[in-house]
Amino acid sequence: MREEEKFKIPIGPQHPALKEPENFSLALKGEKIMGVEIRLGYNHRGIEKAAEARTYVQDVYLLERVCGICSHAHSTCFVQAVEEIAGAQVPKRALYIRTLIAELERIHSHLLWLGVAGHEIGFDTLLMYTWRDREIVMDILALLTGNRVNYGINTLGGVRRDINKEEIETINNGVDILEERTKYYIEVATQETTIIKRLSGVGILSREDALELDAVGPTARASGVKRDIRHDDPYAAYAEIDFNVITDDHSDVYGRTVVRVKELMEAYKIVRQCLKDMPDGPITVKVPRKIPVGEAISRYEAPRGEDVHFVKSNGTEYPERVKVRAPTLANLRAVKHMLKDRFLADMPIVVAAIDPCFSCTDRLISVENNGSRDKQFLTWEALRNYSIEWHRDKGIDFTELNKNFRKRLGSI
Amino acid sequence: MRPGKMFGEILCSLFKKPATNMYPAEKLDMPKNFRGKIVFDPAKCIGCKLCMKDCPSGAITINKVGEKQFEAVIDLSKCIYCAQCVDSCPKKALEATKEVELAQLDIKKLKVVFGANPKSDAKE
Ligand code: SF4
Ligand code: SF4
Repeated sequence: MREEEKFKIPIGPQHPALKEPENFSLALKGEKIMGVEIRLGYNHRGIEKAAEARTYVQDVYLLERVCGICSHAHSTCFVQAVEEIAGAQVPKRALYIRTLIAELERIHSHLLWLGVAGHEIGFDTLLMYTWRDREIVMDILALLTGNRVNYGINTLGGVRRDINKEEIETINNGVDILEERTKYYIEVATQETTIIKRLSGVGILSREDALELDAVGPTARASGVKRDIRHDDPYAAYAEIDFNVITDDHSDVYGRTVVRVKELMEAYKIVRQCLKDMPDGPITVKVPRKIPVGEAISRYEAPRGEDVHFVKSNGTEYPERVKVRAPTLANLRAVKHMLKDRFLADMPIVVAAIDPCFSCTDRLISVENNGSRDKQFLTWEALRNYSIEWHRDKGIDFTELNKNFRKRLGSI
Repeated sequence: MRPGKMFGEILCSLFKKPATNMYPAEKLDMPKNFRGKIVFDPAKCIGCKLCMKDCPSGAITINKVGEKQFEAVIDLSKCIYCAQCVDSCPKKALEATKEVELAQLDIKKLKVVFGANPKSDAKE
């Protein structure tokens, strides 16, 4: 097809299906998507660079904030890498607590996704009920760690908080309720006509394509690829835990829904095992402030897929280099493939189906000047002056306001 | 396949109490491990400044105000409430409270000074 026959529409960077900034440029012919261009970088925060300027202790909290939903994934992934370089033997009890929190996080993340998916297909009833039930696991997380998000449970060499008998009971009770509810959601997902009709055949990713495009997490597993770091390269206490890797062969958004709801059931199983088998003992081991020279890669199965951290140390208290590869980045190529030749109306749910986290993905920002004459690079100052002039032309003058504002800022 | 699978659930909900709380009229208790506003006890502080060193956001400053007397300045707008300072302090001079309602209209009030004299209350 010739270039001019296509109609290009930009979706994003504001609200491309989710409340996170990313730009999808879709080439359409009628309702059909002929090509997709994805532009990343709208929420680049410079976390990797900031990590180099902070000590390892401080970095645990910084990297935890790569993502709000899978914060434990990022902080565990980072501390694992540092512990490996330092050669620290993390106590068993700490590893079990990490696993426990990891699975509780997966439960809250998958329930959250189920709600978001319902919302994207206009089934807000599902959103309301899943999010109500999600509060149970949020309360458990708050009880164990102190906060609902950014748990701050990890520290170099172990965990910061122990867990006692009463807490174990509360978790068990909470998990029992959640299990009942999840059974109900599995029924809903497998019987409700609206869900099945809306999600089947949408965003198809065949097994071959999933392998070729390196899909990760539930996206890959819903295409029949048995890929799960917890199973393939066990970390924390997963080597001692008995669980199934859920796969499905629907290869579409419906399959991804099924994988996630079934994974919830596995997560309950893992939580119970963790609580039952948790050994006694210390929860931390001392890790020196100065980490010896070395480098390590750490992998972690976040709720969205494989999360990778690379840490290089240089013998000081500060890391030489920290590299983060969030799972969404790995799945974006698959999204491009899934959107092609599909309808525009399917775009929100197809994008939402990988459970994207765009802000976590952004590792750099690139400014392009694509050669057209009316495009130019402006420095921040020039852009500011341009904007002031532009408004003045329209009869709006912010000078006074600005002065007042500066005065207030100056007085702090 | 069954359309309206969630219909029963919705009907039941009509007769249930709301799942939400009437905040701010009704306030929830924070969990016991909660990390809220950090408070400082000058009587215990030895001025080692480990808390300053480990604070990820540079929110806490310890100033020497006299012989073996230290005051702490905590910038609530910078603090990420991680409580690493509490863990780092060898003398347990810092403590995380359950206080969460820390928003202020006046930005100056976000800087909390805990004076070196333990008798006087924390000035704001
Ligand atoms: S709670 Fe965290 S951010 Fe706040 S002062 Fe303490 S160490 Fe700094
Ligand atoms: S770590 Fe504790 S004792 Fe040391 S300066 Fe900070 S508050 Fe004082």
